[in-house]
Amino acid sequence: MDIKETVLNILNDLTGSDVSGAMDENLFDSGIMDSMASVQLLLSLQSELGVNVPVSEFERSEWDTPNKIIAKVESLA
Amino acid sequence: MLTFEPYGNPTYFALLGVALLPLMIGLLYGKRSRLYETLISIFFLVLTFGGAKWTQGVALIIYILYEVGLTWGYAVYRRNHNSGPFFYLMVILAIAPLTIVKVTPAVENGQASLIGFLGISYLTFRAVQTIMETRDGAIKNYNVMTFLQFMLFFPTISSGPIDRYRRFEADYRSVPDRDKYLGMLQKGIRYLFVGFMYKFILAYYFGTILMPKLQLMAMHSRGGFLDISWPLVGYMYCYSADLFFDFAGYSLFAVGTSYIMGIATPMNFKQPWRSPNIKDFWNRWHITLSFWFRDFIYMRLVFWFMKHKVFKKPTTTANVTYVINMLVMGFWHGVTWYYITYGLFHGVALMVNDMWLRYKKKHRQSVPHNHFTQIFAIFLTGNLVCFSFLIFSGILDKIWF
Repeated sequence: MDIKETVLNILNDLTGSDVSGAMDENLFDSGIMDSMASVQLLLSLQSELGVNVPVSEFERSEWDTPNKIIAKVESLA
Repeated sequence: MLTFEPYGNPTYFALLGVALLPLMIGLLYGKRSRLYETLISIFFLVLTFGGAKWTQGVALIIYILYEVGLTWGYAVYRRNHNSGPFFYLMVILAIAPLTIVKVTPAVENGQASLIGFLGISYLTFRAVQTIMETRDGAIKNYNVMTFLQFMLFFPTISSGPIDRYRRFEADYRSVPDRDKYLGMLQKGIRYLFVGFMYKFILAYYFGTILMPKLQLMAMHSRGGFLDISWPLVGYMYCYSADLFFDFAGYSLFAVGTSYIMGIATPMNFKQPWRSPNIKDFWNRWHITLSFWFRDFIYMRLVFWFMKHKVFKKPTTTANVTYVINMLVMGFWHGVTWYYITYGLFHGVALMVNDMWLRYKKKHRQSVPHNHFTQIFAIFLTGNLVCFSFLIFSGILDKIWF
């Protein structure tokens, strides 16, 4: 499974909604994600992809759409 | 000797204008003079902490040396080591002076601590954040001089906004090009003038003219159920208006002055009275404080709880952390029953808010969403917030006890 698919799966599990239809939607503005979901995302990235992101590096504006999240994870993997 | 409250009177602004003029001309020609910036910083710090308030000035100097010692020491240590307990010890030591200052009045009958000074909270937030980001490896090039500039940046020293080390450093080390700086200058000057309106007209009217009258009336109208009266309701809205215009006005001065100095200090308020729920309110009200709590308390605690599987359900984790987070914020305001109740109120409000959002998501079809519900949500949120400010104001302490 590639990174994009894994990240989308994590996001779908986390938010209970399919985000693949709106890859540039701001997940925080629309209320789909919040701080709690952000932490869950970081933990899932760690367990499923082995990508370690400390909370300090979680700058919300860099992680607020599915596309940005995928790009960010790809750059860190 | 003259002493001033920052942004307190016209003379302060006149001095500010004179001091900033050479700096503005420099920035327009692409030059940033560190020496000049340091000199005017020292000048305004002496105006704020000198003269009759010299004891505060001494407290500030000792405090700064102490925090520099901790952050510098930790940055050097962190290059080769990363022990958890040592990190916690550093954080506790960094918070210790603030804790003493906050607890002293509660145990010494209202006596202020000798080590306190105007702005100690805001400096502590900056120091603790620097230590935490150093541990995470996010701050790799700790620099003592930059840290000092960051801590002692005079426009924001007394009450924030709370900037972040890395963000400040990036601005401080660069010079904006002319177009960008002209944009910042324009914004900065506009912020100052909106600030004048907020602080010296609106906050003055609500806080200095109207509020004492309403307080007197509320004191005279005691006797009903829980001593609640119409003047008390009026006081609630008046206090909330004063709190907003006073602090938003101050923040505009601080951000405006920063912009004129070519530093894009983050904004503190973003139309908070338009929030449709409490969660959104905290994204719009005293933003740099609430984001500080979000990033350095809430998210870190949630991370720790989830990693160690302390609670079975994520919702429990979120709820417990909301309450802890807001209680800490309450305690930070001061150790009195009304600040702590205020924190608890917001912790529970965030919990209920999340429950409602989950319910709404599940029953998307049956929950109506239109202009009317939106206006109702804004109305309800605004009133809940004003009620929490009534608790926060401490007037209930005067009326009841």
